[in-house]
Amino acid sequence: MIKVQNLVKTFGPKRAVDGISFSVERGEVLGFLGPNGAGKSTSMRMITGFIPPTEGSISVGGFDMVENPIPAKRLIGYLPENAPAYPDMTVYGFLSFTAEIRGLAGDARKRAVNRAVEMCFLEAVLHQSVDTLSKGYRHRTCFAQSIIHDPDVLILDEPTDGLDPNQKHEVRTLIRKMGEKKAIIFSTHILEEVDAVCSRAIIIDRGRIVANGTPQQLRQKSDWAGAVTVRVSGVSAAEAMQKLAALPSAKRAVLLKEEATSATVRIMPKPGVNGALTQNVADAVRGWRIEELHTEEGRLDEVFRSITMPDTVKGEAK
Amino acid sequence: MNNIKTIAKRELLAYFASPVAYVVIVIFLLLTGFFTFMLGGFFERGEATLTSFFIWHPWLYLFLVPAVGMRLWSEERRSGTMELLLTMPITPWQAIVGKFLASWIFLAIALILTFPIGLTVNYLGSPDNGVIFGSYVGSWLLAGSYLAISCMTSAMTRNQVISFIISVVLCFLLILVGFPPVTNFLYQVLNFKPWLVEIIAAFSVMTHFDGFQKGILDSRDLIFFLSVMVFSLFTTGVIIRGHRAG
Repeated sequence: MIKVQNLVKTFGPKRAVDGISFSVERGEVLGFLGPNGAGKSTSMRMITGFIPPTEGSISVGGFDMVENPIPAKRLIGYLPENAPAYPDMTVYGFLSFTAEIRGLAGDARKRAVNRAVEMCFLEAVLHQSVDTLSKGYRHRTCFAQSIIHDPDVLILDEPTDGLDPNQKHEVRTLIRKMGEKKAIIFSTHILEEVDAVCSRAIIIDRGRIVANGTPQQLRQKSDWAGAVTVRVSGVSAAEAMQKLAALPSAKRAVLLKEEATSATVRIMPKPGVNGALTQNVADAVRGWRIEELHTEEGRLDEVFRSITMPDTVKGEAK
Repeated sequence: MNNIKTIAKRELLAYFASPVAYVVIVIFLLLTGFFTFMLGGFFERGEATLTSFFIWHPWLYLFLVPAVGMRLWSEERRSGTMELLLTMPITPWQAIVGKFLASWIFLAIALILTFPIGLTVNYLGSPDNGVIFGSYVGSWLLAGSYLAISCMTSAMTRNQVISFIISVVLCFLLILVGFPPVTNFLYQVLNFKPWLVEIIAAFSVMTHFDGFQKGILDSRDLIFFLSVMVFSLFTTGVIIRGHRAG
């Protein structure tokens, strides 16, 4: 549905977006990750046709966004950053206006507004003016605007920004549900969201794509992926450390916690050993009393940090 | 066409949802009353005309029209709704024309509300209603020209005050170049070349508004006002495209 090729945007000498290519099909939810100023919003603004790209092409549903913007824009629902809405309009008036400009009239318009209001839980504030709304409601009003015409493509710039945990949960559920039938791109810097919602994630840094894969694949890039944490008792911490660090598949072992009767040790795997470490550890601890043993999946935030700030992370490791 | 209508409708309702509309209308009506009767000497003239009413319009509009137009695009940029509007399936032209029309219709409403003065002069004497009608049309075109200029300055900045001041200055220039003391001065400065002064004065709204006040519907005057509007709105489009291109 969305096809982006070699997208470049320069602002003066600065290359805000520097050669991004990717595509999103129907049924996919693509998470756009990256530190602030990485070029996420700029990319989304180009995809939605708000700003023209310096180079590269964008096609939405087969329509080129630069050459043929009107039919392309018809397919898109867009929630800009900070969820703007006309402050002097009521929620109903605003949604009704956006429905009308999307070409809905009469009964179809009323139905569309009602459906969006229901999906975004806006009944309580329907006749309140937008500037009296709390941030959460304003955000959902703008979100309702983006789904009012039931678009095939949804582009959401930080849809959960500024919402409370309950509202975040609602919005995520909504995105996941809609992602079954639509092509969705959403940006965030909350990593747990990627796990909760995305079928695929792209990490952008300084205008370039630095990682692209399912959340599972991204997690595999972590040093932690496959690490084993074990809590044992009936053995001294020193002895446990020594034995576990010596395992052939272990890179090193870290003593996390030492108590009177037990010790907690994390064993990092050597690259490429995959599942072997867990088996090795299980063999090594035989005879000791095991109180806890689990395998780490790898952590997205660590992957994120090591990709987007490689120098700092290396510095910390020393 | 439908998109223009939708945008114009929203914009017009937005005027009446905020105090701007009522303040502008009330002040416009009070000031026209004051100028017509106190300064214009409506009764003292002893004529059944509205000359003393229309003669003040270029000056009143100088402040009121930029006040109406200043928020058109700067507000849209400041609140970020411009991003919403321009990612809708509409062309920027539809948005520009729709917003302009809404404000122009609003100014027409303010102008129409001065109808009691027309009734008054008809009650007191028998004026030439053709002239009055022509003057109303001229006044509306004049307002439209100022408005298009405000629209342009409003697209330049997200600060409404700056937008207001720049458009007042630009409109003031359009008055000045045809204002007799200024044309006389220019006549002397430019070494008594009347053709040059005439060219400059031809850019003044005063020169062209005069014709309408006399009840003469000259196509040149009409074309002047329309071209000011088209030019300013076109420039608005260029400015907006410039912002987006970054």
